[in-house]
Amino acid sequence: MKKLKQLKKLIGLVVICLFAFSLFAGCGGGTTPPSAAATTPTSTPESTPESTPESTPEATPDNPATDDPPTELSGTVSTSGSTSVDKVLNSLIEAFRADHPGVVITYESPGSSAGINDAAEGAVDIGLSSRALKDSETGLDAHVFALDGIAIIVNNSSTVTDLTKEQIAGLYTGEITNWKDVGGEDGPVALVGREPGSGTRDGFEDIIGVKEKCLYDQEQTSTGAVITAVEANPNAIGYASLSALKDTVKKVTVNGVACTEETVLDGSYAVQRPFVFVTITGKELSAEAKAFLEFSMSPEVAEIIANAGAVQPR
Amino acid sequence: MKAKAAVERIMGSVFFVCGMVTIVAVLGITAYLIISGIPAIREIGLVDFLFGQVWQSTASEPLFGIMPFILTSVYGTLGACLIGVPVGLMTAVFLAKVASPKVAAVVNTAVELLAGIPSVVYGLIGMIVLVPAVMRFFQLKNGTSLFAAIIVLAVMILPSIISVARTALVSVPGEYEEASFALGATKMETIFRVSIPAAKSGIAAGIVLGIGRAIGEAMAVMMVAGNVANMPELFKSVSFLTTAITKEMAYAPTGSLRQQALFSIALVLYVFIMLINTILNAFLKRREKP
Repeated sequence: MKKLKQLKKLIGLVVICLFAFSLFAGCGGGTTPPSAAATTPTSTPESTPESTPESTPEATPDNPATDDPPTELSGTVSTSGSTSVDKVLNSLIEAFRADHPGVVITYESPGSSAGINDAAEGAVDIGLSSRALKDSETGLDAHVFALDGIAIIVNNSSTVTDLTKEQIAGLYTGEITNWKDVGGEDGPVALVGREPGSGTRDGFEDIIGVKEKCLYDQEQTSTGAVITAVEANPNAIGYASLSALKDTVKKVTVNGVACTEETVLDGSYAVQRPFVFVTITGKELSAEAKAFLEFSMSPEVAEIIANAGAVQPR
Repeated sequence: MKAKAAVERIMGSVFFVCGMVTIVAVLGITAYLIISGIPAIREIGLVDFLFGQVWQSTASEPLFGIMPFILTSVYGTLGACLIGVPVGLMTAVFLAKVASPKVAAVVNTAVELLAGIPSVVYGLIGMIVLVPAVMRFFQLKNGTSLFAAIIVLAVMILPSIISVARTALVSVPGEYEEASFALGATKMETIFRVSIPAAKSGIAAGIVLGIGRAIGEAMAVMMVAGNVANMPELFKSVSFLTTAITKEMAYAPTGSLRQQALFSIALVLYVFIMLINTILNAFLKRREKP
């Protein structure tokens, strides 16, 4: 009797194992061929045929840091500044460190002005700013390494097609509460935005001029959540990084200009800002800092910047 | 013989060490929360922190008042109980006293499945289905609200209430009910006048367990509540204690007052959970006594 029970248990165990195995095998069978190529993000050759010529120079990086063989680089590069550049910068750091494991790049985020200040004082190698330098900030070089285009989005059923910057400000500060006042159908406006601290929120409020004045109906914690919220609510307006958008929501034109990669690049689209490396004019950077700066400005990282939600300037 | 004694002793210490892991974890977390939560409260002031009605952590002159979060968490949990407790209790009665064994087995499986659904799934369904439905049904401009969060939490706490209350109801001695029947009471009268009162401390334990789950839930409510730091209103976007932390944790610079304030929120949440646990223990002890 006891033996029988044990046998039953054993059979049960075998069945469970088989089942679990078949699950794994089933999943694996479907995905193995593409994932074999995709698991290592640096191995681009198989992912898209167009990227092959671009990815090969990365393997033998002789254009960034021409004087040193890059593999011998080691040391620390300190950076400080904008919180908004976080995602783009960290993607760049990650990619750079894949080639130069000996280099440590630190990143503090006290804000653009503090970062520019740090760079001017020589406290850090590279300052990080998510705005252009002001006229008062002299003696500094600005290297724009990415452009951040923020699209204004509405529900697909909305009839609004164009908003001016003033209208967007009016909507977000609660001065305009009905869509019919900005060319839409009669209906209340639901304001969707990001949580405090988000670089997109910071950039949007800064450019539109509504810092600390927005009366949000929703604060979502990711770009995807903002898009989903706007998708689900016919009254909603939101903002999101250009690169994250699909046609599940409608982009409105701002001052008559559509948000596309081209209009962000040529500067005609209003809701955008530059991500800038700030260095002291005429001061020689350390070999590591120079290598990182050149790597970040090189055409090979265009895809990395795009994946992080921004556009590389031409 | 000696080897046996050695094994006994070694295993004894292994068990002891394993037991200590939990204690070390609890004490470590408590100590850490207190140490990292106190500075901000001191800097902001306990009254301003707990009773301040405005939370603006990123403003040029930041304000750290967590009254909106505290009230939202309290209202949200109470609301969830208001819906979840009657439904859960009735389900428990149904399972323990009314349903035929076959039906009870099916319902029980469903309850267990409900308990196993990850909170992100509740949140996702809430976000895609419930929030638009709330918006349409109540003619709102925006569906993310305390109300939506309450509905999600009410469903989430059902399994804890049902399973604990059911166990309590099953363990009511049969003699009580038989005596009630013998006096001429109907089945329903017996359930409401005899079984439920006899199981009340167990039922209360289930409710407290549900409250604990509701107040500590972050993911699901973050996806349906809208997360704006408003003072709670039923049809307005709100932020719970838990979501207030998760929302900003990634951005608060290390060592800043903002990060310390988030730890202070965690400390407040922790105190809430401790209170609830103490109450739960009191109920459980009372159940053991008679």
